[in-house]
Amino acid sequence: MADPRLEVIDRRLARVKKIIAVSSGKGGVGKSVVATTLALNLNQRGYKVGLFDLNFTSPSTHLILGVENLMPEEEKGIIPPLAYGLRYMSIVYYTVDHPAPLRGAEISNAIIELLAITQWGELDYLVVDMPPGISDAALDMIRLMRAVKFLLVTTPSIVAFETVRKLIAMLQSLKVPVLGVVENMAMNPSRLVREKVEKLGVHFVGVINYDEELEQTFGNVERLLRTRFAEAVRMIASNVEQRSL
Amino acid sequence: MHEWALAEGVVSAADRIAGGEGLEEITEVIVKIGELQQVDHEVLNFALNQQRTSIMAKAKFVLETVPARMMCRVCGEKWKFSFEELSRETSEAIHFVPEIAHVYLKCPRCGSPDFEIAEGRGVWLESIKGRKSSGRSQA
Repeated sequence: MADPRLEVIDRRLARVKKIIAVSSGKGGVGKSVVATTLALNLNQRGYKVGLFDLNFTSPSTHLILGVENLMPEEEKGIIPPLAYGLRYMSIVYYTVDHPAPLRGAEISNAIIELLAITQWGELDYLVVDMPPGISDAALDMIRLMRAVKFLLVTTPSIVAFETVRKLIAMLQSLKVPVLGVVENMAMNPSRLVREKVEKLGVHFVGVINYDEELEQTFGNVERLLRTRFAEAVRMIASNVEQRSL
Repeated sequence: MHEWALAEGVVSAADRIAGGEGLEEITEVIVKIGELQQVDHEVLNFALNQQRTSIMAKAKFVLETVPARMMCRVCGEKWKFSFEELSRETSEAIHFVPEIAHVYLKCPRCGSPDFEIAEGRGVWLESIKGRKSSGRSQA
């Protein structure tokens, strides 16, 4: 007759001012590290920020943050613990280091469950690390988190951009706001991606150059925030901040 | 799903449905509870009583357990959920997100984690009974 979970999702998000889904058309473009660093940077600017790892089958933000021995607190649902100033939620609290072999409908059910029980409290930004592609997670975000805006990540590769182009087409057809596109892992100066993005009528947020030192900083937030990558994300965060006002 | 959050959802759904059906009083709410989620009925009852709204002030909350049954998508084996084989941590994880069952449970016949939770997954509002100003009605 009625799924009680769907009744309360809006309430759980009622005090979240802005929801940014960091997404891409395909995996391997650096989406999770962009999402994590963006969340950390917004927090450094004085905002209350949450980070929600929605990539249930391949969560990775906990590795980037170096989160260990944290668990949500139970209080009329679950309250995400603070990790480096972020209200941090991930399915990894429950899967630990085991694989999660979930089909689409199961992913959808798990997303609904977590959205229904997670008490985010008051947040200026909730940054969501999305699984790649036009998946159940993307469709559920659009259906259940009505205030969501998408920030898309691509690389200079035509393969990555083509998948982002399709994602943009879907979001535009559904009238879902797109904050813009970030070009990550740029190796050479080029305006090619910018021009393609702008041709689609979408804002080009900025370029993040490939940073070969980035990998060594995963698990150490202080080091991560000192990288050239993080410096570039600061510009992205500033841009996102202005565009989401 | 945590019992308090669950009760909040049940009360909200009952309120909404009663409004849509034009009920002026809810007399009974039937909630089906999938065994897999291991909801504590006593805690849920307490939470429902704490959160009930005026339209359901005298309503009886009926909690019915639905046994959890799995079916393997690979070999077709059907089996019942067994609490005994789970650690406390695993039980708790499944309590919050039932899909976590796929992480820890395997088909007893072929060992695949690719199974369907055929019955007894979550919690849902089965039906409400109530009174319209003109008499009794069931939604």
